[in-house]
Amino acid sequence: MIHNKETIPQRPAPKGTIGPVAWLRGNLFNGPINSIFTLLGLYVLYLLVVPTVQWAFIDANWVGDSREDCTRVGACWVFVNARFSQFMYGLYPSEEYWRANIVFAMFAGIIAWMVIPRLPFKRWMTLFALLIFPVIAYVLLHGGYFDLPRVSTHRWGGLMLTLLLASVGMIGALPIGIVLALGRRSNMPIVKTFCVIFIEFWRGVPLITILFMASVMLPLFLPSELNVDRLIRALIGLTLFQSAYMAEVIRGGLQAIPKGQDEAAAALGMTYWKRMGLIVMPQALKMMIPGIVNTFISLFKDTTLVMIIGLFDLLGIVQAALSDSRWLGFSVEGYVFAAFVFWIFCFSMSRYSQYLERKLNTGHKH
Amino acid sequence: MFNKKHLALLASAGSLSLAGMATAQADTLEDTIERGAVQCGVSDGLPGFSAPDDDGNWQGIDVDVCRAVAAAVLGDSEAVNYISLNAVERFTALQSGEVDVLSRNTTWTTTRDTTLGLNFTGVTFYDGQGFMVSRDLGITGADELDGASICIQSGTTTELNLADYFRANDMEFNPIVFDTSEQTVGGYQAGRCDVLTSDTSQLAALRIQLDDPSASMILSDVISKEPLGPVVRQGDDLWFNIVKWSLFAMINAEEYGVTSENAEEMLNSEDPNIARLLGQDGNYGEGMNLEADWAYNIISQVGNYAESFDRNVGMGSPLEIERGVNALWTDGGFQYAPPIR
Repeated sequence: MIHNKETIPQRPAPKGTIGPVAWLRGNLFNGPINSIFTLLGLYVLYLLVVPTVQWAFIDANWVGDSREDCTRVGACWVFVNARFSQFMYGLYPSEEYWRANIVFAMFAGIIAWMVIPRLPFKRWMTLFALLIFPVIAYVLLHGGYFDLPRVSTHRWGGLMLTLLLASVGMIGALPIGIVLALGRRSNMPIVKTFCVIFIEFWRGVPLITILFMASVMLPLFLPSELNVDRLIRALIGLTLFQSAYMAEVIRGGLQAIPKGQDEAAAALGMTYWKRMGLIVMPQALKMMIPGIVNTFISLFKDTTLVMIIGLFDLLGIVQAALSDSRWLGFSVEGYVFAAFVFWIFCFSMSRYSQYLERKLNTGHKH
Repeated sequence: MFNKKHLALLASAGSLSLAGMATAQADTLEDTIERGAVQCGVSDGLPGFSAPDDDGNWQGIDVDVCRAVAAAVLGDSEAVNYISLNAVERFTALQSGEVDVLSRNTTWTTTRDTTLGLNFTGVTFYDGQGFMVSRDLGITGADELDGASICIQSGTTTELNLADYFRANDMEFNPIVFDTSEQTVGGYQAGRCDVLTSDTSQLAALRIQLDDPSASMILSDVISKEPLGPVVRQGDDLWFNIVKWSLFAMINAEEYGVTSENAEEMLNSEDPNIARLLGQDGNYGEGMNLEADWAYNIISQVGNYAESFDRNVGMGSPLEIERGVNALWTDGGFQYAPPIR
């Protein structure tokens, strides 16, 4: 008996079943109907992509410093280029950009620290981000201390302002939202009524109305010596509005935790705050990640509404730049740029939330 | 622009009862000197009137009014805090003291002047509804527009004015209505109408956005009155006078030929008008609690009215608006400033 000790080497799969050709045949051209749709799809794609690429890249003008450098056949990125620092910092004085840059860098550093799992001291970092960083950011951006010249808030703008509004809104709304959600589920009638009224009031009014009230009506009711900064007014309005939404998202998560868990914890003699902090919230927050991120993304985009109260967020400053008589008629370029920046931020948030969900295994896939 | 006016009126009506309360701080001049800067309300971006340039500095004919006030009061035309306001909140911001001068292409009307607790200090730009036509048509005046199809933005007073004008002149027209000004200019570009109508200052900005601006022209006929000017709170006459005479000083300077270039040598001028304007003969700033060189500061730092007009909306700017009715009274226009003496 012949005994072959060598294993027969694996033969490659038949030619027709691997490689791009097979993939194409299997997925795009299996059958006449699918083939027709594939070709149709490719044609539509061709119709859309070719002119877009032609406009945005091939015919586009990239270098220069005035409208004369643009042929107007393709996109005039010269406009975005000339205004880039304004789109980032608003009307912040250019010799003070370094202050905003430090804040940007710290902000990016904190985010990176929180996002990268390997880095230690997450808890201290959170405390730093929530308690110390805002103070540093305020001192740097606003100035008036340590010989830094004052830059009043009506000169803040651009992406800087958008990020500021969004992060203050998010960070402020989450704790208020948790408290409101707990309050709404409370057995104490006054607390419960207050929370219900608060949530329903702020949720029942459009954000644009709140901003409008804060900027137009509120100053008339306040004594003229008490002139609250319009940025602060917008921030407070935005945070309260957002916290009402956040409260309902969190309440949804709380309701998904079986009552038995809470009762079991109570039976073990845990106090209310221990039950919430150790048993209910950790499970609920995990489940609420998609909802919370969804709210954050919508808040990030909602910040553009501050435009109507004369604050130049990213979109607002693009529009203001469009009204410079030297740059009239480049609105498409401006809006495309704004859309692109917004997309980067929203897409990153959405990807991070997906990653978090996988990591915390919130889907409870068994 | 104009459909916002309804909202503005609503908001103003709400604030009417409160307008009286807001006149508490009567000494705007003192506050301004203490602060070291003029609080100036401008638009959130209007070509030629107020818009930030590439370096983030506000530019425009409305902005120059604020710079002039700052030059007169503080001696430094850069000492201005610009606060951008939309059409709805502009009056509230002025009433509540957030701004001290509102220089934001605001039309001077009876309602605004008499019921909002505000005062208009003069006219920086006589605007009015006009027409843009293709040069090929060979039209030279608005009275030749019988039967024309006209592109127009919906829900604006422009629409109303247009209908009134054609009815009054017994002419026919075919309105083609769009929602936004960008769509309107797109419709005109695509040849859906022969004529585009809007305020003349707007027309100039719309014309630049055409593929070939030189193929279209703006008719000199104007069918409505839109005098635009700076506004201050009622109840502080000293401040009212300062803002009013800051503009008058610029117009007088043009009349006497004093510019930012020659202001210094004009200090030695023999002309008594110039000597009084520049503070070389008597102190005419005294009545406003200003230094004698108040007007000299305005002219040397901001320029006279012609310079401001030319730089921001006139031939020296992309808008290329003709002086037209905004010329001096000596040149057949409306701009006329009382004498300084």
